[in-house]
Amino acid sequence: MIPGEFDYHSPRTLQEAVGLLQQHGDGAKIVAGGQSLIPAMRFRLALPEVLIDINTIDGLEYIREDDGHLMIGALTRESDLEESALVQQKYHLLADAARVIADPVVRNRATVGGNLAHADPANDHPAVMLAYNAELIALGPHGTRAIPIDDFFVDLFENALADNEILTEIRIPTPGPGSGGAYYKVERKVGDYAISATAVQLTMNGNTCTAARIGLTNVSAVPMRATGAEQALIGKPITNEVLEAAGQAAATECDPSPDLRGSVAYKRDLTRVVTKRAIRQAVERAQGG
Amino acid sequence: MTTFHDPTKPKHVADRFENKHAAPVGSSAVVATTEEVRVTTPPEICGMGHRMKRKEDPRFIQGKGRYIDDIKLPGMLYMDIVRSPYAHAKILNIDTSAALAMPGVLAVITGKDLAAHGLHWMPTLMSDTQMVLPTEKVVYYAQEVACVIATSRYIAADAVEQVVVDYEPLDVVVDPYKALDDEVIIRDDKELKTNRIWHWEVGDQAATDAVFANAAHVVKQYMHIPRIHVASIETCGMVANYNPATGKMQLYMTTQAPHAIRTVFALVSGLPEHKIQVISPDIGGGFGGKVPVYPGYVVCAVASLLIGKPVKWIEDRSENLQADSFARDYHLEAELAADADGKIVGLRVNGLADHGCADAAANPSKFPAGLFSICTGSYDLQAAHVNFDAVYTNKPPGGVAYRCSFRVTEAVQMIERMADMMAHDLNIDPAEFRMKNFIKQDAFPYKSPTGWEYDSGNYHAALRKAMDMIGYEDLRREQAEKRARGELMGIGISSFTEVVGAGPSRDYDILGIKMFDSAEIRIHPTGKAIARFGTKSQGQGHETTYAQIIAEELGLPANDIEVEEGDTDTAPYGLGTYASRSTPTAGAAAAMAARKIKAKAKKIAAHLLEVNEDDLEWDVNKWQVKGSPEQAKTIQEIAFAAYTNHPQGMEAGLEATDYYDPPNLTFPFGSYICVVDVDSGTGEVKVRRFVAVDDCGNIINPLVVEGQIHGGLTMGLAPALFEEIVYDENGQCLTGTLADYLLPTAVESPKWETGHTITPSPHHPIGAKGVGESPTVGAPPAIANAVVDALWHLGVRHIDIPITPEKVWQALRDAGVTE
Ligand SMILES: Cc1cc2nc3c(=O)[nH]c(=O)nc-3n(C[C@H](O)[C@H](O)[C@H](O)COP(=O)(O)OP(=O)(O)OC[C@H]3O[C@@H](n4cnc5c(N)ncnc54)[C@H](O)[C@@H]3O)c2cc1C
Repeated sequence: MIPGEFDYHSPRTLQEAVGLLQQHGDGAKIVAGGQSLIPAMRFRLALPEVLIDINTIDGLEYIREDDGHLMIGALTRESDLEESALVQQKYHLLADAARVIADPVVRNRATVGGNLAHADPANDHPAVMLAYNAELIALGPHGTRAIPIDDFFVDLFENALADNEILTEIRIPTPGPGSGGAYYKVERKVGDYAISATAVQLTMNGNTCTAARIGLTNVSAVPMRATGAEQALIGKPITNEVLEAAGQAAATECDPSPDLRGSVAYKRDLTRVVTKRAIRQAVERAQGG
Repeated sequence: MTTFHDPTKPKHVADRFENKHAAPVGSSAVVATTEEVRVTTPPEICGMGHRMKRKEDPRFIQGKGRYIDDIKLPGMLYMDIVRSPYAHAKILNIDTSAALAMPGVLAVITGKDLAAHGLHWMPTLMSDTQMVLPTEKVVYYAQEVACVIATSRYIAADAVEQVVVDYEPLDVVVDPYKALDDEVIIRDDKELKTNRIWHWEVGDQAATDAVFANAAHVVKQYMHIPRIHVASIETCGMVANYNPATGKMQLYMTTQAPHAIRTVFALVSGLPEHKIQVISPDIGGGFGGKVPVYPGYVVCAVASLLIGKPVKWIEDRSENLQADSFARDYHLEAELAADADGKIVGLRVNGLADHGCADAAANPSKFPAGLFSICTGSYDLQAAHVNFDAVYTNKPPGGVAYRCSFRVTEAVQMIERMADMMAHDLNIDPAEFRMKNFIKQDAFPYKSPTGWEYDSGNYHAALRKAMDMIGYEDLRREQAEKRARGELMGIGISSFTEVVGAGPSRDYDILGIKMFDSAEIRIHPTGKAIARFGTKSQGQGHETTYAQIIAEELGLPANDIEVEEGDTDTAPYGLGTYASRSTPTAGAAAAMAARKIKAKAKKIAAHLLEVNEDDLEWDVNKWQVKGSPEQAKTIQEIAFAAYTNHPQGMEAGLEATDYYDPPNLTFPFGSYICVVDVDSGTGEVKVRRFVAVDDCGNIINPLVVEGQIHGGLTMGLAPALFEEIVYDENGQCLTGTLADYLLPTAVESPKWETGHTITPSPHHPIGAKGVGESPTVGAPPAIANAVVDALWHLGVRHIDIPITPEKVWQALRDAGVTE
């Protein structure tokens, strides 16, 4: 568990960091919290020639509301999300997730930007941000661009950022009236990735669901939305039958791989159960419960 | 090689040790049980029974411990290991040229290099053989293939990648039942072309068959006690420091048994034993995993010998999990018989032990399946028969006694699961069933059908206490109400009997070295002392508890006694710390050596007080004249006189050594009760409450005992719900990191509620029994029984540990339960 040789840079500004990315091309890697990258380097699964440490850049750690959005700086630590009063009051889905990502020690270092940029379907933020319909802001040599979350996850560990782009901010639309969200995760122990987890963000009009987005964790090769489950909800009054139909849709459309966490059959059925539970909780919150 | 490795003559082997390992000892008077911890010394002295804070902890909690990796010697080199990506493969060629060409690389050591010195094979502690580095083929995944020695740890790691090994993969045997077919021979180095290692039987087969023939009820169950890993926080490592000028080899080493290791090193390497110094510094957890010798240690020592410089080897986490000795891995087919009244009468067990590529267990040599024959547990039954085979598979060698006195965990898991199953089948409450079947207090010393003589016990008292602590009857009512609502809650009991403290020299040895242990106490002129032991603490708190034993015996404040272990140049010879043996052996030796000192002190006191020895009586810390206690000499005054004013004709000084050979083992016991809630949608099990009542005889330090029990219970929770070493069909280890091999944390652990009863050992000098392993041994079946209890009404009879969410989910869905 000794990493290979690499050069190390700690730029002071984003521009400097982008410049370094330009200079070193795909041999360079950004390190944020290091909680995914460093383990991969120690196993020599990742062998970057150059590490660009963005922890020395000021102004990338913040959580604030502006213009109908929650803005989260890419370098914001999971523990800051977990402790944010704003997140706890208005962004229940995000607050649920922040409490179950990794363990408290990892959460002190791990960043929201790194969690998404890593594009790991086992990570919790991808499903959460898919459910929120978030927007990711990237900075490159030619300025910034906004990437809709639906376009961000390209493949396993592969995102839509160019080699010379840095993810700087995550924007979550502030949920409107009648909205509620929830994250339900089953893990084998604290610090484990999900066996299966479901992120739900929906809007209710009385007992009828008028909008819903659902993201699934660790049951596909690329972070995925459960659009079938969403369709099972939208326009319907929430009954046990509708919940079951949504759960079954998620179980059918997910594509888990067997591993030590469980067989495909177990993961599918668990996806059904956690999807139902997350929806039920989101509905309760939307209805002011 | 001893005979039990020879599968051609299996059955006779049993006769050699059957019914011979526990000769009668002590009186047959009933040992009374109390709950009050006995304290006879004031707090300044802090003898037995005081909740003294551990003397070693200030250095540990300040980060001032000295572990192997803290040792840095001038000019030190670093070793890293090339490991096999195959579980079974021929080695066609090893090309070391590219690695050797790298700046900073001094050597690449292969099996051929070791073969030149006859060191490519080594004996295991069970008199089997194991490769140090292979010359022909590899037999397990992550096996050591070559070792790189370099000037820095980083260069060594880079050079490992440059060693090119050509392999020709061979068929792999992962399943021990397939190994029995002998279609693929793993150890073709052996004369006999078979994967069978030994066959072992104990008990009376005919009597057992007869009991089963007449039994009214029989329950039968196959179970696997999974392969697990000790996963101590500190991995293994060594700094070998050979000094060519003096010819002395210093081996700083993570070992639980430094003295035995020195002897084995001397015998294997040919170095004279006085030129070998094994130093076991602070150790971050051993749990049995640091008893064996691993190839890395041997190559590290050879490298230092060849190069003449210090060489450091520190294993990383994945190497530790993938290649070090495992524990357990017993496949058991058990049958329990009861009569029409629900009284257990007989037990039959067929076992298959998966040893991996070598029998590298660390059992006493006459006990190939360890002390598994304690498997009749806490129950008074008429007959039992145990029948075991062991096989080689393509896995790392083992298995070690992980926080358990040689296979007792396997035995307890089996008997406690079987007892529960019988109770449920007979529709008798599991607590009532146990009460009915326990060995009664007045039956001790109790002769078991497999030949043990249990020293003392009071199983009814311990279970009753646990039931009271947890509110057993209320919980059963709650369970009934919940069940009516479709909620799943279970209550599980484990009433275990342990057997620890190996052991009496007539039957217990490792590689021929008898399993005594030792203490040497020296009192300095100013009344302070140093005490050295043949054992080696790895977190057990010896620096505190040994001092308390001596404080109890001599009245010297425990804080005035320095306890030292682990340096073979200074400590008396002993077999080390594992199998809960330190208190039963070295702890006894501490008391006996102190008593020798006390006897000499009496002579000195008589001289000082100018009275006859017979006129003196002992009081806490002084010899005083009977009838006039103001005439007294404290142990400190006596110590000073021993160097300044000792009687003419008497040797000066005040010191003693004792090599303690226990007359029997000790039999700690306890009753644990666990409450679980089961999520019928996800299959998750939550341990809601856990009460542990332990009886380890007289308690030296309640705080240390509780600490041991808390840690041990967590290590019992681990295999019950989380831990298992898993291999795929190619023999690749799938649990090579702590992200895959799941250690429970504080989050998963319930609040451990502990209590005790005290039933002293009648034969131990201070009435104590071992305790460190009881909770690890006792906890798993309490948890497993609780889960099955929650599901029994659905038709679930058994779930193998670890009870993962998926296994529970499967059982629920099979029973038609879903959310
Ligand atoms: C024991 C353990 C358990 C864990 N359990 C969980 C869990 O349950 N759920 C979960 O979601 N996660 C879990 N994680 C992962 C953790 O949340 C990681 O920290 C996260 O995936 C990556 O965030 P990071 O800041 O550490 O990124 P790093 O490791 O520093 O980087 C990860 C990747 O993202 C890239 N990157 C980082 N920041 C940027 C940026 N601003 N712009 C462009 N690229 C960037 C890096 O180049 C790298 O490729 C666990 C980690 C550990 C060690």
